[in-house]
Amino acid sequence: MPNEHIVRSYDEDLRKLRDLTARMGGLAERQVADATRALVRRDTTLAAEVVSRDAQIDALEREIEAFSISVLALRQPMAADLRVVIAAMKASNDIERIGDYAANAAKRAIVLASLPSIGSLNGFERMAQLVQENLKAAMDAFVQDDADAARRVWEADEPVDAIYNGIFRELLTFMMEDPRNISAATHMLFIAKNIERIGDHTTNIAERIFYAVRGDSLPDERPKADQSAFAVVRPAGA
Amino acid sequence: MSTTTETNAAETATQGFGGVQARSGAKLNAPRIAIKNLDFFYGDNRALKSINFDIPDRQVTGMIGPSGCGKSTLLRVLNRMYSLYPGQRATGEAMLDGMNIVAPDADLNALRAKIGMVFQKPTPFPMTIYENIAFGVRLHEKMSKSQMDERVEWALTRAAIWNEAKDRLDSSALGLSGGQQQRLCIARTIAVRPEVILFDEPTSALDPISTLKIEELIDELKRDFTIVIVTHNMQQAARCADQVAFFYLGELIEVAPAAQMFTAPKHPKTQEYITGRFG
Repeated sequence: MPNEHIVRSYDEDLRKLRDLTARMGGLAERQVADATRALVRRDTTLAAEVVSRDAQIDALEREIEAFSISVLALRQPMAADLRVVIAAMKASNDIERIGDYAANAAKRAIVLASLPSIGSLNGFERMAQLVQENLKAAMDAFVQDDADAARRVWEADEPVDAIYNGIFRELLTFMMEDPRNISAATHMLFIAKNIERIGDHTTNIAERIFYAVRGDSLPDERPKADQSAFAVVRPAGA
Repeated sequence: MSTTTETNAAETATQGFGGVQARSGAKLNAPRIAIKNLDFFYGDNRALKSINFDIPDRQVTGMIGPSGCGKSTLLRVLNRMYSLYPGQRATGEAMLDGMNIVAPDADLNALRAKIGMVFQKPTPFPMTIYENIAFGVRLHEKMSKSQMDERVEWALTRAAIWNEAKDRLDSSALGLSGGQQQRLCIARTIAVRPEVILFDEPTSALDPISTLKIEELIDELKRDFTIVIVTHNMQQAARCADQVAFFYLGELIEVAPAAQMFTAPKHPKTQEYITGRFG
C-alpha cells in the first residue's frame, strides 16, 4: 500500500514483521543450499552446521508468532494490515517446516557420506536450486507486496515435481539392480522428497502472500506434476 | 476519478476465486429499506450524492466514514428529521413497506412510529422512568393502565434495564447513569414497536462496559428490528454489523458484508480509511 498510517509506529511494526519473515526465509534458503552442498560434496562438517542452525529458524518462528500476537492485540489491524499479519504468521509456519526438511536432509547427508555413492546428484542440485529460487522470489514478493510475483512462484513448482519423479524412478531402478544400494537409495529418496516438500511449502507461502496483497485466494487446484504416488517400476523381464 | 470507476477497477483487480465473502458464508437478508438515487441538499450544498443500497431486514447495517461524509445525514434522511429545517431537501427514493420515506407527502407520524432513533447523548425526558416510556406510546396507541404497565415492562426488559429500573419506576430518569439512560432511550424507542431503529453514535458518550451492554442489546434487538448504526468506532462496526457501508464526501464508496469489508475491502479509499491511513 502506497501511503502510510497516521500512527507512524504502526508502519514500523508491520515493516518489522515483514523483515523478520524475510530474514527467516533467507535463513531457510541458506539451509537448503548448504544441505544440498553437503550432500553433493560429502561434507559432513557443513551438514552438521546445517543441523545445528535449525534452532535459529525455530527461534525466529517463535519471535514472529509472539510479535504477530502483540500486533493483533495492540493495533487491531484491519483489511490489508490484518492480512499481512496473518500471512506472516502462517508463512513462518511454512518456513519452519522448510527448515526442518533441510535439517533432515543434512542428517541423511552425513549418513550418505559413509556409504558408497550411487547415481548422479545432478537432479538433487537442480531441484534444490529451483526451490531456493522460488523461496527467494516468494520472500521478495512478500517484502514488495507483489501478488503477481507470488502467483508466479505458486505456478513454478511443476518442474520441481517433474525432477522428483525422475529421481524416484532412477532410485527404484538402482535398488532393483542391487539390494546393497537400498540403504543409500532410501536416504536419497527421503532427501529428494524433503526438497520436493520444501517446494510445496513455498507454494503455500506464495498463496499467503497473494491473499495478503489481493484479499482473495488463489484457486484450490495448483499445477502439479508429482506422479510418483502412482509409479511402479518393474524389473526387466517381469 | 469518479469513485464508481475506481470501485469497478478494484473489482476487476481482485480475481474472484471465491474470496472471504463466499467463504465466510455471510448472508444478507431481503431488503427492508431500498435506497435508490438518493440525493440530499443543505440549501445548495449536495451532501448525499446518488446513494444506492439496500438495508437488510432484521440485521445490523453499520455506516462508517470520516466526519462530514454524509453518514449521519443519511440517518436523518431515513426518519425525515430534516423536514424540521427549512432549505433541506431530499430527492430520489428510500422505500420502506411500499412507502417512499423522502416523498414530500409521506405521513411523518406514521413514518416515525415505524422508524425509531437513538442519539449520541442519552436524551431522557425530565420525567419519571415510567413516563419516559409511556409518553411516546400514548401518542400512537390508546391502552388501559395495566396494558401500559405491561408495555413499559416489556420495553424495559427488551432494553436490558428492567432489573435496574423496576424498583424506581417513579423516580426521575435523570438519576440514572449514562449507560442506563441510553438503555432507557432504547427502551423508549422500542416501546412504540418500530420496524427500524436508527442509532447515531449510541455509545460514544459511554464507558467500555456500558458500550458492550449496548452492543449486546443491539445484537439481541436485531432478531425483531432492522437496525442502522452510525459509528466512528470501526471495531464497533466490525463487532455489531452484518453489513457495512463506507461513505466519503457524500458518496457511498463501498457496501459489503462486515467480514468482507474488514478483511478484504475492494475500494482503495475504504482500505485506506479502515486501516487508519487517512480520516
